[in-house]
Amino acid sequence: MSEMKKVIMLGNEAIARGAYEAGVKVSAAYPGTPSTEISEYLVQYKDDLYCEWSPNEKVAAEVAVGASVVGVRAMCCMKHVGFNVAADPAYTVSYMGVNGGLVIVVADDPGLYSSQNEQDTRMVARAAQLPVLEPADSSEAKEFMKQAFELSEQFDRPFVFRTTTRLAHSQGVVELRERKQIEDKPYEKDIRKTVMMPGNAKLRHIEIEKRNLELAEAANTLPINKVEMKDTKIGVITSGIPYQYVKEALPDASVLKLGMVNPLPRKLIEDFASRVEELYIIEELDPVIEEQVKSWGIRAVGKEIFTVQGEYSANMIRRAVLGEEPNFKTPAQVPVRPPILCPGCPHRSVYYVVKKLGLHVAGDIGCYTLGAVAPLGVVDTTVCMGSSISSLHGMEKAKGKDYIKNWVAAIGDSTFLHTGINSLMNMVYNNATGTVLILDNSTTGMTGHQDHAATGRTLQGDPAYAIDIQGLCRAVGVKHVTEVNAFDLETLEKTIKEETARDEVSVIITKTPCVLLSKGKKPLYIAHEDKCRKCGMCMKPGCPAMTRRENGSIRIDDTMCTGCGLCMDLCRFGAIELVKAGDR
Amino acid sequence: MAAKNIMIVGVGGQGTLLTSRILGGLATAGGYDVKLSEVHGMAQRGGSVVTFVRYGEKVAEPIVEEGQADVLIAFERLEALRYAHFLKEDGALIVNDWRIDPIPVVIGAAEYPEGIIETLKKDYKVYTVNATEESKKLGNPRVFNLIVLGIAAQHMDFTVEEWYDVIERTVPPKTIDINKKAFDVGYHLVSE
Repeated sequence: MSEMKKVIMLGNEAIARGAYEAGVKVSAAYPGTPSTEISEYLVQYKDDLYCEWSPNEKVAAEVAVGASVVGVRAMCCMKHVGFNVAADPAYTVSYMGVNGGLVIVVADDPGLYSSQNEQDTRMVARAAQLPVLEPADSSEAKEFMKQAFELSEQFDRPFVFRTTTRLAHSQGVVELRERKQIEDKPYEKDIRKTVMMPGNAKLRHIEIEKRNLELAEAANTLPINKVEMKDTKIGVITSGIPYQYVKEALPDASVLKLGMVNPLPRKLIEDFASRVEELYIIEELDPVIEEQVKSWGIRAVGKEIFTVQGEYSANMIRRAVLGEEPNFKTPAQVPVRPPILCPGCPHRSVYYVVKKLGLHVAGDIGCYTLGAVAPLGVVDTTVCMGSSISSLHGMEKAKGKDYIKNWVAAIGDSTFLHTGINSLMNMVYNNATGTVLILDNSTTGMTGHQDHAATGRTLQGDPAYAIDIQGLCRAVGVKHVTEVNAFDLETLEKTIKEETARDEVSVIITKTPCVLLSKGKKPLYIAHEDKCRKCGMCMKPGCPAMTRRENGSIRIDDTMCTGCGLCMDLCRFGAIELVKAGDR
Repeated sequence: MAAKNIMIVGVGGQGTLLTSRILGGLATAGGYDVKLSEVHGMAQRGGSVVTFVRYGEKVAEPIVEEGQADVLIAFERLEALRYAHFLKEDGALIVNDWRIDPIPVVIGAAEYPEGIIETLKKDYKVYTVNATEESKKLGNPRVFNLIVLGIAAQHMDFTVEEWYDVIERTVPPKTIDINKKAFDVGYHLVSE
């Protein structure tokens, strides 16, 4: 029979394992914290399945839809805001249903560890009428993935698999099983189900409403929703990671743990509510369960005492439900330590020049968003993937050609290919003026260095055609495309000045690989105490490897310095010296 | 047994992930239920990072909360001060006596607190080491975290063999020897 090996796995690794064991054949994703590692772990099973990085989440979702239509189990993975990008196919594949099981894995980020908003995927899924499963630890992550595919095929519904940062990035013990051998479902042409034009979609809408009702009915008895009856004084309805906090804080309470959070099992909930004296609904982010339960006339306590922001904890529940104050010493008042660009990051050099020229920056999503904070403080706006270029365009149309010469858009290579290219096409098409900096570090940096369509390598490690970003910009009609080394301060300054002065669209590609990818021996720089005039010029870009000695002179922390040489280029007094050449 | 709660705090990029994987591997090999919680993504870029490791017969939540840590391992002084209140009354605080200025200090908007170790000693059982300097002596400043872990091992109930075993399974093969050496330095260090 099957092996029963126990191992410790990250939530995301368990999701990948669950997909593998469920017999998934196609998976597509765009990296996004906290969902990225699912694909990175899935690739180890590439002998049995196909997985890829797609340029964005919409593409990834459509790849999975296609695979499902022709009869194999397929999935796509993304972070919560990526689900917005994929919303178009998601809302309509909801009408189509599936042939091979289809699962959309979406990772929420309560507490905004690495995101631009705190939206609740359950809300989006409800709007799209998509059923949602939510696991509470690594073990469930693997098992629920398998159930998601079973239920998807059984009820002809694509399933959303919702996780959160805490689940995705926590490790727990799981038992490994063998991969299920799934026969491909035959593809039989039926345009009533696969061509969503009005006449067909109208009928599908009726059909899926029916299917969802059937699923809601089945949810009353599905073992994925489980009742743990204990003391009936306090009853809690919860799901996902908050379940763990409930178990810590209220070990004696009765709990209804929902594994399926949409649609809800009404009878099960009504029955549970009738058996407990006081009912609490404990869910992170929005009151998705609570509002429905209360709409059925059930008395319960939820967001009256729990926040819609951030992560929960056992201490928080003890405080809110039991009025117990946890015992610990007063936290010390200490300076904050926000994330910053790494020592040696090429973005720092580019932003230094942009700041020197006094330009505003329409920013984008990536490590370079960090250029918004002191001491660089150059980024004015950050909305979503690709928005830098299109919002720059909007500014120009609002205020005119001369106004926009004081601005640039800044976007990374991976983000440019994600959705930035559309915005650039729009600028060319609508006769815009404006300068776009593509900060090309040859990787998807913030999420931990994933390949993309311009790196020349696929997720599965195969060589691929590397899209020439310069050529791509020219092909959509940008006449002025310049490539500059990010650390060549002089050329960079000259180029930005020239390009922003034009009455046309310009693209400047600052091409220097991410410092975390550079291999080889790093060069060694030292700061001479006697030559240092303490002017602070070298400190301006805000490199964390630079500190001041007691007497105010500069010291370079050699454990942090990566040897980019930016500080030496900025020192006018020769106080910073290259003492050992590296091979970078 | 009640779950044992360990926290590792430091600055993004200091290797907290490797350390937590070692602890996770150790507890799993010991047959315990284990949960670990890590930080990936933006906060890893030089920000304050926290990793939680919990093991015992049965572990529910993957995080350690205020007043619950048995051992707090800090890779940097300021981070030790930031999270010290997570310790239990008699918990052990192991501090790498090393300073990394956060950006508000670099730009002069805030002061790096003076006398952190002395302040901490008033309220907690503190064990310090300048592991960064010690690791430079071993020839690789990156292995400082194994020195700190060596001290933490003095306050945990695993054998040296169990530690060696998990180090061998977790670190890159070429660095096994130096990591074990670094662990030994910490394990045998008499710290005050």
